Amino acid sequence: MVTIALDDIGAYYGRRLTVTGVTTPRFSSGEIVAVIGPNAAGKSTLFKRMAGLLPGPGTVQVEGSGKGKRAISYMPQDTSANAVLTVYESILLARKQGTGWSVSNGDLVLIDGVMQAIDIVDIAFRNLGELSGGQRQLVSIAQTLVREPDILLMDEPTSALDLHRQMEVLAFMQQVARDRGMIVFIAIHDLNQAMRFADKAIVIEHGSLKGVGPTNEVITAQLLRDVYRIDARIEPCSRGHLQIIVDSVAGPGARSSSTVARAA
Amino acid sequence: MATATADAVASEGRGLYRALAWRRILIILGFTIALALSFTIDIAWGPARYAVGDVIAAIFAPASVTDQVRVVVWDIRMPMALMAIITGAALSLAGAQMQTILANPLASPFTLGISAAASFGAALAIVMGVSIVPFATNFMVPLNAFVMALIATLVIHFISQARGVTVQTVILLGIALVFTFNALLAFLQYLASEQALQSVVFWTMGSLTKATWEKIWITLAVLVFAIPMFARHAWALTAIRLGEDKAASFGVNVRAIRLESMLIVALLAAVPVSFVGTIGFVGLVGPHVARMLVGEDQRFFLPTSILAGALLLSATSVVSKSILPGVVFPIGIITALVGVPFFFSLILSNVRRSW
Repeated sequence: MVTIALDDIGAYYGRRLTVTGVTTPRFSSGEIVAVIGPNAAGKSTLFKRMAGLLPGPGTVQVEGSGKGKRAISYMPQDTSANAVLTVYESILLARKQGTGWSVSNGDLVLIDGVMQAIDIVDIAFRNLGELSGGQRQLVSIAQTLVREPDILLMDEPTSALDLHRQMEVLAFMQQVARDRGMIVFIAIHDLNQAMRFADKAIVIEHGSLKGVGPTNEVITAQLLRDVYRIDARIEPCSRGHLQIIVDSVAGPGARSSSTVARAA
Repeated sequence: MATATADAVASEGRGLYRALAWRRILIILGFTIALALSFTIDIAWGPARYAVGDVIAAIFAPASVTDQVRVVVWDIRMPMALMAIITGAALSLAGAQMQTILANPLASPFTLGISAAASFGAALAIVMGVSIVPFATNFMVPLNAFVMALIATLVIHFISQARGVTVQTVILLGIALVFTFNALLAFLQYLASEQALQSVVFWTMGSLTKATWEKIWITLAVLVFAIPMFARHAWALTAIRLGEDKAASFGVNVRAIRLESMLIVALLAAVPVSFVGTIGFVGLVGPHVARMLVGEDQRFFLPTSILAGALLLSATSVVSKSILPGVVFPIGIITALVGVPFFFSLILSNVRRSW
């Protein structure tokens, strides 16, 4: 059983401390954790700090993993680099980092398995430059999975995907988390998807923690008003899934009044 | 049933990958054979016409041929032919890694002004007798070239790291460096004595006729040092082409590898330039040929770039002896004539296709 908890985490971006004081309870194997918050709230920065790619105060407490630095893997948002590499090579590359030149049959079997699971076998020998945005995201996911991390930090993995692919990828990640005992953090803007697939949620705004806990307890009408400045209801649909129904964009006063209320 | 089919589809992936890897190994082998052929022709061919049998005899059994054949083959043609191969390899390797590290298809020691900087450093030693490195008078020319190349490389490296700097900015910076160092070189030429002027002019054209065994060994040592340095970072360098964030997420220390690579690039670009003068475009064309044939997996890209550069300059060396009977043209003139149209085609294709 792998667990992770953040203890008073902060992150420097350049010389500026852009994320501060993020403390969470312990998350365990098999859980999906949605990391939500407005644009530029500090979600990517938090992920990079957790993965050890940015410096900062506090500690990331990982227990039950014997993989050391390789326990946590960060999957950045898609970059549009056009290296002259096939999809297969780009996934092999992720697997072989830090090792020798030779490629074992075991490496290739693992890659084949992951590509099949994500259903990208048909684009295996296309060049990266020929892929659509959605296909690139899927390749990124494959690159991350072949590194076999215990904790996966996915930065907006579904942002370039159509609805079908979004559902497919999130359901797949849920399955992977359960089957492999991974903890999957997903930075995501679609709160309905977050409520559907994530067990827990972390809310970040202006670089600090605004809420953490079971998804349905964290994503509330009050949170939507405070953090996203919208008036909305959260109601179950006819099949029982909770849905956000947006009524209106809250006026400019909405935020300040809630801030005043908190301060009081 | 479904699983069996799925397994077949999945195992097809590794089969195809292995086939791809073998195809690339064959390409590397093909380049090696072509290079061996080009090298042989380069030695057999020259203003003095000898029978191929005599040349081969001079190589393998020097005692069996006349002194004249032996001297021509061993003291003139062999050093030139070897220097062509080693210089081509070094410049192409430097270009390949500059293009990788800077994510810039137009990067090469020549186009970004590193060769020009090295030229200026070397001219400083030839014309003024000034050694930038104290107490290194014996190796004043290559060391001066290296120090100036290093300065130019670091300027490019640090500016390219700054925020908002695009591929185009770095190219413009390179052009500025070329102009700056050419102006400084012209200044030295103006001050130079007639004899020094002649050697500087001859050397800005780039010529293999200055090759000696000592220069060959030094350049070879640089190459032998550089190749394993890059080879041990093969996966990391390939990952850098996927973008800095992606490479870092794979555990690559991008900053450290960038800096280390650029320092080696400076060495690779400076040493040949200090010995044979400015030879342009090999560092640009070699890597592009390699990339087209084997892609950017450095395990294949690295050796192919080296071989492509070596073959290119070796073949150019043959051409430089074939244009006018009895005349050996400075090789830099030929590479520029071939390289400029290639450079144009890269610029034009790059407008349409993002890098």
